[in-house]
Amino acid sequence: MNVKPTQSELVRDQIVRDADNPRDSNVARFGADKPLKLDAGVELSPFQIAYTTYGTLNTERTNAVLICHALTGDQHVNNVHPVTGKGGWWDSLIGPGKPIDPERYFIICTNVLGGCMGTTGPASTNPATGKPWGLDFPVITIRDMVRAQAMLLDHLGIETLFAVVGGSMGGMQVLQWAASYPERVFAALPIATATRHSAQNIAFHEVGRQAIMADPEWKGGRYHLEGANPRRGLAVARMGAHITYLSDAALHRKFGRNFQNREKATFSFDADFQVESYLRHQGISFVERFDANSYLYLTRAMDYFDLAADNGGVLANAFRDTPTRFCVVSFTSDWLFPTPESRAIVHALNAAKARVSFAEIVTDKGHDAFLLDEPELFAIVRGFLDGAGKARGLPWLSAKK
Amino acid sequence: MSDRKLNPQVRNGSGARVDLMLVSEMVGHGAKVLDVGCGDGELLQILAETRNVDGRGIELSREGVNECVAKGLAVIQGDADTDLADYPDDAFDYVVLSQTLQATRQPRVVLEHMLRIGRHAIVSFPNFGHWTVRMQLLFAGHMPRTDILPYSWYDTPNIHHCTIKDFVQLCQTVGVSIDKAVALNAWGSPLRLNAPWWFWNMFGEQGVFLLSRKS
Repeated sequence: MNVKPTQSELVRDQIVRDADNPRDSNVARFGADKPLKLDAGVELSPFQIAYTTYGTLNTERTNAVLICHALTGDQHVNNVHPVTGKGGWWDSLIGPGKPIDPERYFIICTNVLGGCMGTTGPASTNPATGKPWGLDFPVITIRDMVRAQAMLLDHLGIETLFAVVGGSMGGMQVLQWAASYPERVFAALPIATATRHSAQNIAFHEVGRQAIMADPEWKGGRYHLEGANPRRGLAVARMGAHITYLSDAALHRKFGRNFQNREKATFSFDADFQVESYLRHQGISFVERFDANSYLYLTRAMDYFDLAADNGGVLANAFRDTPTRFCVVSFTSDWLFPTPESRAIVHALNAAKARVSFAEIVTDKGHDAFLLDEPELFAIVRGFLDGAGKARGLPWLSAKK
Repeated sequence: MSDRKLNPQVRNGSGARVDLMLVSEMVGHGAKVLDVGCGDGELLQILAETRNVDGRGIELSREGVNECVAKGLAVIQGDADTDLADYPDDAFDYVVLSQTLQATRQPRVVLEHMLRIGRHAIVSFPNFGHWTVRMQLLFAGHMPRTDILPYSWYDTPNIHHCTIKDFVQLCQTVGVSIDKAVALNAWGSPLRLNAPWWFWNMFGEQGVFLLSRKS
């Protein structure tokens, strides 16, 4: 009997295809001779990294900028996304004439390890079985993601990065880069992030994971094999997380208590309020492009992140004698990664005698402010990179001086 | 700390603040300098351009910090009273506190931290012993307001005024040596060098001191 696949199955199958053969991306494949050593104590091999690049690497190979994406981002930082058809997630900051200008820098953005847009993750094909990894995929850490990125840079012949830039989980990668490979990072720009995931943040992530696992379609993580797709659970996880990315003020300004397409309450559990309808939309559009198991692995990687614990309990030890110059940025209304978390980074960098700048930006847009139009952020990023560029002797900047 | 410190508008012919030029002349070439209360980064820029220093700054006001970072300076948002404790011993050659001492809650602790973090400290402050200040209190009977102390008593950010004489005493109490001291008059010119302390205390509108640890 020939049964027409449901929309949910089509989405799931497309995600599996993208996990192995991503659209509009470059892919670096590492065979058995180059296994990735994971913190979990196992080796991942073979594996692949999907990435995009913008601009040109100069002959001295000194102008590479690595952009690290946040939890639900991917490598499409500055081009039209092949699934959503929307622009790059950091088009506000990156582009001609913008603070991170592809006419100056060679910009690289990878899909992180454990992701589902072409870098090896739980939706990728397990070479041992020929089926998606599912929960057989080893648990990964932020340090593993950075290790994989370092292998990509070796593969591209890039010894040192001019800058590593990222917000949220991307900011964790920036900090890990500076801690793991200080000699390879000239400038580090961690935004709206922390050196460890707080108990509250772990708690939020656990709610998201439990939403996915409570979906009967999750099937113990074997939904790929059993013809299911836990889209309801993933959508709920996304809705919960999305609230933490905003602020009460921002939600209130955008939606208030306004009704959606109606004059008064329907006395039902329909999406009466605009804010409900918005969240449902966020959840539904997310499941179109994201793998539920990937969400479990990536949130886990953030939860495990604790740079101080990795360095004998003293955060400053992570940056001892670092040659990297840092610029730490936080936002006043970010309650996911509040300013004191950034101050802790700055204190540790001071104690390590590092060259550090720190600015807190006043905004009511919450954690997501780093992705939005924030002129103050742009001025700071531009100023910091220009200053670092002069110190690095990048030609267009030293010529201007 | 620009929002709580005064801003002496005494500038030389080329537009540079005289006290900052004096400070920069006290700093060795290529030194590592921490400017506490760096405002919009004017001193750090002067130091970078004329002295080739590796400069860092702490600034209380968000606007000041963001302006500095956007200029490419290494500046963090912070408070002299609380954040100096985070810096390790001997992290800098010079720690500068320009027109900020009188706005700190614990000037003595701040001074001690400065000379722990840096081999040298440079401190400039408005002299509350200046004759115009004394005259206003003595004859007009109100809290003094001058060009470099423009605030009313109820909205001043300055909570620990001192005179040049007081500051010299603090240095003796803390046990630091005064390597160099300059008093500036109302026009930003240094008073004559061989004048006695009482003369500076009476006629100096600002004091600029280069200090170091007693060996």
